[in-house]
Amino acid sequence: MNSFSYLRAVNVADAVEDINTKNKAKFIAGGTNILDLMKVNVERPEHLTDLTRLPLTEIQNTEDGGLRLGALATNAVTAWNEQVQQRYPLLAKAILAGASAQLRNMATNGGNLFQRTRCYYFYDTATPCNKREPGSGCSAINGYNRIHAVLGTSEHCIATHPSDMCVALAALDAKVNVTGTKGDWVVDFADFHRLPGDQPELDNNLQPGDLVTSIDLPAKTFSKVQYLKLRDRQSYAFAIVSVAAAIELEGGTIKEIQMALGGVAHKPWRDKSAEAMMIGKTPTKENFRLLAETVLATAKGYSYNSFKIELAKRAIVRAFTEALQAV
Amino acid sequence: MSGIFKQASGSHATTLAPAPAEPVKVRLKINGQEHVLNIAPWVTLLDALREYIGFTGTKKGCDHGQCGACTVLVDGIRINSCLTLAVMREGQEITTIEGLAHSEDLHPLQKAFIEHDAFQCGYCTPGQICSAVGMFNEGKANTLDDIKEQMSGNICRCGAYNNINAAILQVKGEMAGE
Repeated sequence: MNSFSYLRAVNVADAVEDINTKNKAKFIAGGTNILDLMKVNVERPEHLTDLTRLPLTEIQNTEDGGLRLGALATNAVTAWNEQVQQRYPLLAKAILAGASAQLRNMATNGGNLFQRTRCYYFYDTATPCNKREPGSGCSAINGYNRIHAVLGTSEHCIATHPSDMCVALAALDAKVNVTGTKGDWVVDFADFHRLPGDQPELDNNLQPGDLVTSIDLPAKTFSKVQYLKLRDRQSYAFAIVSVAAAIELEGGTIKEIQMALGGVAHKPWRDKSAEAMMIGKTPTKENFRLLAETVLATAKGYSYNSFKIELAKRAIVRAFTEALQAV
Repeated sequence: MSGIFKQASGSHATTLAPAPAEPVKVRLKINGQEHVLNIAPWVTLLDALREYIGFTGTKKGCDHGQCGACTVLVDGIRINSCLTLAVMREGQEITTIEGLAHSEDLHPLQKAFIEHDAFQCGYCTPGQICSAVGMFNEGKANTLDDIKEQMSGNICRCGAYNNINAAILQVKGEMAGE
């Protein structure tokens, strides 16, 4: 690790002021990703603003009937929270499918949104990477790209977003509460992360120094859900493909359906027009396959990851089939 | 708790000098005892334990949060000590493998690991045991499958998993009064 200075902020105003007045400053909360990246010299902050003592750990009901997840509540506390377990089981399943118990005890909800890609070239400072070193080139496009994206890629970057939690948040239409030098504002989850385009160094649409204070789940809940995560070992591995599936039936046809994919793009992948096409259809495997074909219609495989396209389609069918079997 | 924020100058927060910094004073409570260290802010909790205090029971495996060898308990919660800074843990109760036994009286999990030969080389063992203590504190593991899933953050390169699981199951049974 390079040397850096450190400040332990005690309130939100402190934290925002500190990060916006220091050179090359970064926030640290759970630390599970940034310290890892600092050890391999991918992140080289000159100052860390420690958020861990900010009073943002609460999980509480919102006035509109939803649930507000404090940015500093840990992933573990969130996943096992009674309200989350009962009303948002999709989120609980997704969180518990990620990382290890120790990491979930450290990682925070806010920090989860800022996880950086696990592309091995991004991690390897000896290789070109447009996300790490803009303009240096992408080693993955013509390299070993088995874990990489098949949707929304650009000629500059084919990295994937690594989070499980964010896939569920995308499927559930969460909103992100942000504060910064401009005041407070709200970001729809779909607009939080971005596709790589010609600026793959930017993972999301916030400015440096903006602080996520909480995440709001809407009042609408789904009882028939499944988070299906396919990976190279049964536990403690990043998704090759994951599906967050939520569905409600009425009179034997689909009343509501929301879905996001993980492991396939630079952000959790949502296709609302494909979802809309399913309303009123019968919940058959054939119709879920139609959904899958539609969502993956623009998918593009590279040398080693084309298998993900068919895998994602089958995962979508299986996730909804299993969701409907949920009691 | 409020005292640790104001030690600098009565300002809102504790500011450590900019890099390259003089070592800063960090107070850590480990296994019931306070230790005052003069360390740089980039010293991880793992390195503070091993290199600055001498608690070498906690092991450095991967140093990237992938193996679990560095697992310790902070306020009873299991974490990877390699992925947290010592300075971030002021005011919290840290328990390492050295803090589980009461003098010669081993922790039930330590006894069970010996009884079940739940190791070969032993390098992952302190992390495995601290992790299992943390898992019991969480109280979410009811079956063998739960234990396997919730202990997946602790890798055993020797592959002693069957015996590790047997040791954990036995202690879980003892705790339930079976």
